[in-house]
Amino acid sequence: MTTFSETVLINADILMGVTLFDTLIAKAGLTDIYEKVIHEERLSSDDGLRLYQHPDLSAIGYIANLQRERLHGDKVYFVRNQHLNYTNICNKGCLFCSFYALPKDPEAYVLSPEQIQERMRAYADIPISEIHMVGGVNPKLPYEYYIDIVKAIKEVRPDVSLKAFTMIELEQIRRIGKKPMDETLRDLKKAGIDALPGGGAEVFSERVHEELFHAKSDSDKWLETARTAHQVGLPSNATMLYGHVEQTEEKVYHLTRLRELQDETNGFMAFIPLSWHPEQTAIDHLPGPTGQMDLREIAVARLMLDNIPHIKSFWIMNTPAVTQVGLWYGADDMDGSVLEYEITRDPDTDRMQALTQTQMLDMIAEAGRQPVERDALYRVLDVPKPVLPPYMQVDTERSITS
Amino acid sequence: MITDIAEKIGAGERLTYDDGLRLFYHPNVTELGMLADHVRRQKHPEPVITYNIGRNINYTNICWVRCKFCAFYRPPGDQEGYTLPEEEIFRKVEDLIDVGGNEPESCEILMQGGLNPKLKIEYYEHLFSEITRRYPATYLHSLSVAEIVYLAHISKLSVEEALIRLRDAGLKSLPGAGAEVLADEVRDAIASRKESTQEWLDVHRLAHRIGMKSTATMMFGSVETIEHRLQHLLRVRELQDESLDVSDGYFTAFISWSFQPEGTELPDMRKATGYDYLRTTAVARLMLDNIENIQASYVTQGPKIAQIALRYGINDFGSTMMEENVISAGGVSFVMPTDEIERLIEDAGFSAQRRNTRYETVLSH
Repeated sequence: MTTFSETVLINADILMGVTLFDTLIAKAGLTDIYEKVIHEERLSSDDGLRLYQHPDLSAIGYIANLQRERLHGDKVYFVRNQHLNYTNICNKGCLFCSFYALPKDPEAYVLSPEQIQERMRAYADIPISEIHMVGGVNPKLPYEYYIDIVKAIKEVRPDVSLKAFTMIELEQIRRIGKKPMDETLRDLKKAGIDALPGGGAEVFSERVHEELFHAKSDSDKWLETARTAHQVGLPSNATMLYGHVEQTEEKVYHLTRLRELQDETNGFMAFIPLSWHPEQTAIDHLPGPTGQMDLREIAVARLMLDNIPHIKSFWIMNTPAVTQVGLWYGADDMDGSVLEYEITRDPDTDRMQALTQTQMLDMIAEAGRQPVERDALYRVLDVPKPVLPPYMQVDTERSITS
Repeated sequence: MITDIAEKIGAGERLTYDDGLRLFYHPNVTELGMLADHVRRQKHPEPVITYNIGRNINYTNICWVRCKFCAFYRPPGDQEGYTLPEEEIFRKVEDLIDVGGNEPESCEILMQGGLNPKLKIEYYEHLFSEITRRYPATYLHSLSVAEIVYLAHISKLSVEEALIRLRDAGLKSLPGAGAEVLADEVRDAIASRKESTQEWLDVHRLAHRIGMKSTATMMFGSVETIEHRLQHLLRVRELQDESLDVSDGYFTAFISWSFQPEGTELPDMRKATGYDYLRTTAVARLMLDNIENIQASYVTQGPKIAQIALRYGINDFGSTMMEENVISAGGVSFVMPTDEIERLIEDAGFSAQRRNTRYETVLSH
C-alpha cells in the first residue's frame, strides 16, 4: 500500500503539474537523462552506461519512446522483401555463426546468377520492393561473379531496391578485384546495388574480435568501408550483434563510434541491434540474450544514436512478440515479410520463417501505430489504413470515455 | 492521455470499469508498465521475484465435456484415454520431491484432469490422503471448478460437502483453472458444457468460506472482447472483497494466459500477441488492487515475454512445472528448469526467491 507520506508527496507533485510518470522517473534517478532527451541534448557515454545498467526498463522505454515519436510520430516502417544468400561457404569461422559451411561440407553451395533469378521468379506475383542479399566470404568467387549477380537481380526486377554485401564481403570483393574500395563500390553501384545492409559489425571491441571473429576485419576497417560507401553515395545500415561475450562498455563504445561516423557522413539510414541466437553455433553453451535485453538494446540505441534516423527491430532475431512491443521502446521499423531467411533458424520448428503482410499490419495496428510501407531507401510506397484486431473493435453504439 | 488515471494510481485509489477500458485502449505499453511496476513495488517493496517448485499431474485425460479450446481431452471409450495408476502418480510425486526437497508443504502438486465419469469422491479422498500421509513435503493445490462440480454431482453430494471432504483428505487450495473468461457470452461460445460464470465464482466463494485459499486465472485471446476481460477482472475483484471481509480463505494470486489455438477445434483463430499479454497483465495488476500476487505465464508466453512481464506488474514467475500436457497439446509449451528461471529473474534486476503455495519463503533451492 502507498504510505501516507508518499501519497502526500505524489499529491503535491500533481498540484504542480508533474505527472506520476515524471515522479517515477525521478524516483528511478533518471531525471537528468530524461531532461536531456526533452531538450534534445546529446547523451554521453556515461549516460549510455547508466541506461544499460538501470533495472527500470519500462522507464527507459518511456524515455526512448519520446525520442522515437519526435522523429517518427506513430509511424512503423515495413518492407516487402526477399532475402538471398548467394553462398554459405565462408573462411572466417566466426564462433557465433550457425550459417557458414566449409567448401567440402555436403551442405555447401554457391548460387549461379541464373539460380538467383529462379529464386526471384518464384515470387514474381508478390510486389517485392527490396532485395536483401548477403553471403559468406568465399575466396573462390571471382570479382565478376559479384557484378554478375547484381546485374542478374536487376534484370528480373529493374525497379527493386537492392541492398547487398556486408562490409566484410566488400573487403573480400575489393581484395579479389585488386582495386581500391571506392572503385569497387562504384563498380557495384553501377551494376545496380542501391544500399548496404550494415552486417558484420558484430561488436566494436578488439577483445571480442580476438575471441569470436579474429579472421574477419576489425572495427576500424568496418567503419572505413562504411565511410567510403557513404562518400561514393551508397547509404548503409549499421548493426551490432549482442548477447554473447560482449560487455556493456563495449556496446556503448560501439554506439558512440557509429554516432561519430554518422556526424561525419550522414550515410547511415538505420541501426539494427541483432539478438544473437546460440543454437547450432560453436558457443551454444551460452544462454543467449533475454527479452529485456532485446528491448533495452532498442531503447538505448534510440537514445544514444540521435543522428541515425531509424531503429529497426528485426523480428526474425528478436521474435515477432518482442518486435511488436519494441515499437514502444524506440523501434520505428520492423523489417519485412522476409521470404527465405536462412542465417538463423527458428529453434522450435527449424523451418524457414516468413511473416505475411496481414500479420505485419495486424501487429502494427494492435500496437496503436500507423503502418508505412517503404523500400530499401526508406522511400514511402504505401500508407495502409490500420485495422484493429476483432477483439479490440468497439461497438460504435457504445462510446469509450477517453 | 491517462494522466488522470495515473494520478488515482499514485494516490492509491481504486480504478473503475471505465478506467480499465481506457487503460486497455491505451497503446503506450511503457506507461502501463511503469504504472503496474509502481503498484508492484508498493505491494512488494523488496526487489524480489518469487517462484515455486511444483508439478502438474494430469491424472486422467478422459473427459466428456469437449471444450473447443482444449486439445488435451479424449472422450470416454477413446483408445488414447487414460487414468494414471496410483503407483505412477506416487512416482511422479517422488520425482518432484527429488527436485524440490523435503521442507514440509514446499512442493506444489497441481492435479488436473478431465471430467471422468468413473472417478467419484472416494477416488480423490483416497488419493489425496495417501499423498498427504506418504509425502509431507507436498502441498496439494489441485482440481478445477469443473472437476469439483462434476465429482460432487456423480457422488450425489453438494459442492460444499464435496469440498469439505476433499479438504479433510488433504486438498489445501484450488488453482484458478477453468475460469477462462468469466462472462457467459464467452463461456457459451467456447465451453458451453462447463460451469457458468456464477458457478465458477460460487465454488471459489465456498472454498474461501471453508478456509481454503485459491488462485484466479483468465484465459484471454479466444472470442472475447476487451469488455469481457474487464468484466472478468471486476468479478474477481468483487469476490475477493467479499472473501477478505467474511472468510478465512481468499485469492492468493491472479494469473492470465493466452488461448493456444493449435490442435483445438479453433486452430485458425488469431493467436494473442505478447504485446496483448503485457498490456493485459499490467491492467490486471492495476485493477486487482486487493490481490497480492500476479504470476507470469512463461508456459504460454515463452521466456522472453515472461521476463519482460516482470516490469508489467508481475511479482512471481510461477512454477517449474516439470511436465505440462494440457497447453502443449495445443501446440506451444515452455517448460523451464529452476536455474533458468533464476537467471531470467536476476537478469531483470531482481533477486530470485523460492516460495511455497502460501507465498511463504522456502529456504532450500
